[in-house]
Amino acid sequence: MEYMILIYADEQLYSDMPEADLAALMAEYGRYAQEMEAAGVLRGGSELAPVHAATTVRLRGGKVVCSDGPFAETKEQLGGYMLIECDNLDEAIKWAARCPSAAQGSIELRPLVHNG
Amino acid sequence: MEARVIGEVCRREGGKVLAGLIRRFGDIGLAEDLLQDAYARALERWPRDGLPDNPAGWLTTVARNRGLDILRRAARTLDDSSAVLARLEAEPPQERQEGQLDDDRLRLIFVCCHPALHPRAQSALALRTLCGLSTREIARAFCESEATTAQRLVRAKRKIGEARIPFVIPVESELPGRIAIVLQVIYLVFNEGYAATEGARLVRLDLCKEAIRLGRLMRELMPVDAEVRGLLALMLLTHARGAARVSNVGELLTLEQQDRSLWDQDAIREGLAILDEALALRRPGPYQIQAAIAALHSKAARAMDTDWPQIAALYGALLRHLPTPVVRMNAAVAHGMASGPREGLRALEHLSDMEGSHYLHAARAAFHLRLGDTHTASASYVHAAGLAGNEVERAWLLARARAAQGDCAHRPAPRRAMRPAS
Repeated sequence: MEYMILIYADEQLYSDMPEADLAALMAEYGRYAQEMEAAGVLRGGSELAPVHAATTVRLRGGKVVCSDGPFAETKEQLGGYMLIECDNLDEAIKWAARCPSAAQGSIELRPLVHNG
Repeated sequence: MEARVIGEVCRREGGKVLAGLIRRFGDIGLAEDLLQDAYARALERWPRDGLPDNPAGWLTTVARNRGLDILRRAARTLDDSSAVLARLEAEPPQERQEGQLDDDRLRLIFVCCHPALHPRAQSALALRTLCGLSTREIARAFCESEATTAQRLVRAKRKIGEARIPFVIPVESELPGRIAIVLQVIYLVFNEGYAATEGARLVRLDLCKEAIRLGRLMRELMPVDAEVRGLLALMLLTHARGAARVSNVGELLTLEQQDRSLWDQDAIREGLAILDEALALRRPGPYQIQAAIAALHSKAARAMDTDWPQIAALYGALLRHLPTPVVRMNAAVAHGMASGPREGLRALEHLSDMEGSHYLHAARAAFHLRLGDTHTASASYVHAAGLAGNEVERAWLLARARAAQGDCAHRPAPRRAMRPAS
């Protein structure tokens, strides 16, 4: 069985955190990932860019409707994920709009953070 | 050479130069810093050496060289910038053709008006990068604090970088949708200037002028698009009436009350000519129809000469493109002006979703007045005044309410306004 771990936290908490605390937290995440790897359970994962870099894509009446910011409704639930690699946001929007759920639901696009 | 002259040249050429720098460096923030440095160098050098033949080329070279220095230094510690550096070093040193500069500006417009950016950020970014307005000027124009505008701009620039919004002209299949957003952003800037919804100043002409500048730029860059021309014509024809729209004591004047000799005839001529060009492309659209309506008003020497039947027909066409409550209301008013106040009131009955708008109640009041029902007219004006968000409009509506009452006292009602609405 595969499981997806979804990590929710207040972004502000991290952006306000002193450099040293943040480094400690990152080191802790590194150990966490290593342990998972050693146990053979890790399939992949990444930090996401902050919500200000998010775009929400919907397909309504056959038209692609984008909006700035993360998905914020509470009546829909996170139901899956796809990890894609594209040259730029326009390409990613194209793929997001082709998602079968885009016509009823909302697809949030978040860039991954690449460290080094 | 005076600093003021240099400032004007920089502002005129700045959008072009900035767009080219953004293409080269792929970073709006860095490009803005480089351009600011180049302006500072111009202030130093131009008074001594005279204005260069090609100021945009001069500014570009200075900014590009400075950017290269920065990247070379950074490249020693980070290999992140080496790809940009390699591309820049391979670039021919001489400034490219004008066509390339135009493409860069067009790319920049599409980046600013990218659908993944917040609508407010789209217009702020366009005013900042393409029109060279300062954060403070934008904040004042949108009646928000400088901190809010600055935050908006920073966020938008970061999003462009982090989410990788591409610096490209959209592909053919996406172009119509993307142009529609650009035109919407420009028209929003124009309307923000033309009718501020809050505050005392009714017409913020600077913002209208900037929107017209963006409209002209779009026409230059997308000459085959009929709606691009339609929007420019609409803005010119509307803006031509700006000076006549507010009396010298600050009251709002309706089309009927305006002193038409104050209308800017040059702007009207230009607007009409551009509308003709647009119509000749035979691709009708909502901006062209609205421009055609504005054109009919512009052509009437007196209010009573207005071709209302034609305007009502155009609103009918506009409704097919834009079936919004506001357009439905304007269509109803035009119908009433063409066919008489009773018809107008009947048409205004079916607009329940506009009940919260002062325009609807003011329109009803005007028709009641034409029918001689001064009592209902006055009450409708008072009701409208309670809903208006703008001081100038509120004062105007209350004055109309009092005037309607006055009519009642002096000339009690019947039939007075039964002449054909004109």
